[in-house]
Amino acid sequence: MAGSSQPPLVPTDTAVQAGVGGDHRGVARRRRVRRVTRRDQIVLVLMVIVPIVMTLGLVWLPAVATVLLSFTNWNGIGSLSQIHWIGFKNYHDVATIYPPFWPAVRHNLLWLAVLFLVATPLGIFLAVLIDKGLRGSRFYQTSLFLPVVLSLALVGFIWQLQYSQDYGFLNFALQKLHLIQEPIDWYGEPGINIWAVLIATCWRHVGYIMLLYLAGLKGVDPSLREAAEVDGANEVQTFFRIVFPVMRPINVIVFVITVIESLRAFDIVWVVNKGRNGLELISALVTQNVIGEASRVGFGSALATIMLVVSLVFIVIYLATVLREEEP
Amino acid sequence: MSTLDTPSTPAAGSVAPAAARPVRNNRDRVWRVAAYVLLVLVSLIWLFPLFWAVLSSLRDYTYTSVHGYISLGGWTLRNYVNAWQQADFTTHFLNSVYITIPAVILTLFFASMVGFVIARFSWRFNLILLGLFTAANLLPQQSLLIPLYRLSINVPLPDWMSDSDLLYDSYWVLILINTAFQTGFCTFVLSNYMKTLPKELYEAAQVDGASIWKQYWKITLPLCRPPLAALATLEVNWIYNEFFWATVLMRSGDKFPVTSSLNNLRGQFFTDNNLVSAGSVLVALPVIIIFFALQRHFVAGLTLGANKG
Repeated sequence: MAGSSQPPLVPTDTAVQAGVGGDHRGVARRRRVRRVTRRDQIVLVLMVIVPIVMTLGLVWLPAVATVLLSFTNWNGIGSLSQIHWIGFKNYHDVATIYPPFWPAVRHNLLWLAVLFLVATPLGIFLAVLIDKGLRGSRFYQTSLFLPVVLSLALVGFIWQLQYSQDYGFLNFALQKLHLIQEPIDWYGEPGINIWAVLIATCWRHVGYIMLLYLAGLKGVDPSLREAAEVDGANEVQTFFRIVFPVMRPINVIVFVITVIESLRAFDIVWVVNKGRNGLELISALVTQNVIGEASRVGFGSALATIMLVVSLVFIVIYLATVLREEEP
Repeated sequence: MSTLDTPSTPAAGSVAPAAARPVRNNRDRVWRVAAYVLLVLVSLIWLFPLFWAVLSSLRDYTYTSVHGYISLGGWTLRNYVNAWQQADFTTHFLNSVYITIPAVILTLFFASMVGFVIARFSWRFNLILLGLFTAANLLPQQSLLIPLYRLSINVPLPDWMSDSDLLYDSYWVLILINTAFQTGFCTFVLSNYMKTLPKELYEAAQVDGASIWKQYWKITLPLCRPPLAALATLEVNWIYNEFFWATVLMRSGDKFPVTSSLNNLRGQFFTDNNLVSAGSVLVALPVIIIFFALQRHFVAGLTLGANKG
């Protein structure tokens, strides 16, 4: 997807109302399909085979191919017969003689840290406040959620109007307040620009987290809170000891989505400067190695495989969480 | 499903006992005021960048470059006209339509078929199937770039399908890849929803001798209108916003969909901030209109996985 919004497959009620609705599914499961005609069998197979072939062909086979290519020295030109297996050389080169790699790793980790330590807690906090049902809650929700419907690429442009060195609002405001003397090139200055894009990213991410937790909070059984209140717990205690733990499935999913979002962050740095000069990210390095003048397929694949492996670890955690309820 | 549209009323339990304890009541009021102030403040900060974009898109460039943005004159709609013409928005919006609409239809069609089979029949590999699709949705696109890029420049298409004669640089490649990536999420949501449909429906249908296809097309799909509407809204938004694949798999400037054409616009607009603003507002407008018109579906879609329909 637009590297942007991630599908939240949030089984809120697994924790909250475990067991409900499980019974008739059990029955359906036991009732093996009988009296399926031959024609119907063919139809059934056709119904799943086309989407399966598409997903295997366009997602999973390319994933395998990426891993295989990462052990070769193919430069993208010449036939496949010219491919030589070179073991882990690409990985070794990535780590030792490719200057942008470690900055990119640092930036991806910083991305994760900021989304996780700033955007997510802020989103949860705002969700809790909005869940109190104060007047105007629709307005707050809409304002916070509005950036989520925009693409991250567009977010980059909208924030350029804040960050522009000569015409941006930020330099104007800071100079008026005498906080800075010289205008700053927020998107251009290495060391500063990563923070600038991170603020813009958080602007979008907070609303998303807010919405997910708001949905989760509405799913929490009110009697749990009442019981906590009767026991004399204050709001903070109730939230951290009762409500938050009960939302465990959402927590896991938000955690995984945050990791994957930080890993595949791309759009905003690409629109700013194609991921150079202080904005290196692994995703941008992969793209530069394939699309740029020098097409280094094997080398780029090694970078891509690193992304793939990291993401697969978290995807497995994710699947284990969302599919748990599917099991008999 | 649309629980988020309406402000929740405070849980009865949190108000009544507070009234009984005056000390707590007072503190509650302070907290309430603080919460109001904070929420209003945060909301205004959040709206500001959008507000600013709209504001500067309505200003004359020569005026603001002399007087600055905090000034009163120079209001104009010229930027919109110029941005539209210079960046050829007609073409790019149409490209987005050509890519988004088929991709969304195809995604929902595939996802509903797989979801139907998963929900209706207990196959040994149901879980694997669901995992296969769902995980595909979460892989970082860039990690698949190399094989898909090579594939697209090696697959020929007839001239009437693609004027590049390749899969690369054609609408087809974007429709296919978007569909492949999005099918997973929709399959998950739809199969969960379909599991909640009463199984008596199908028993009756089977007695009547309805074929599998009929059960899917005539019984299941009409009942799945709510999740299909929600997913269609979300997917239109996501595929319209898709940036990466269009950027790397397209070459001709006039074939870019709106979102990835932005990057090309910047070169032309570099010196004129107000023109960039007008362009950004134009690109944002469709999704913001969809959001306000179909907010219910939007929120429902995002939380659909949550309440299992």
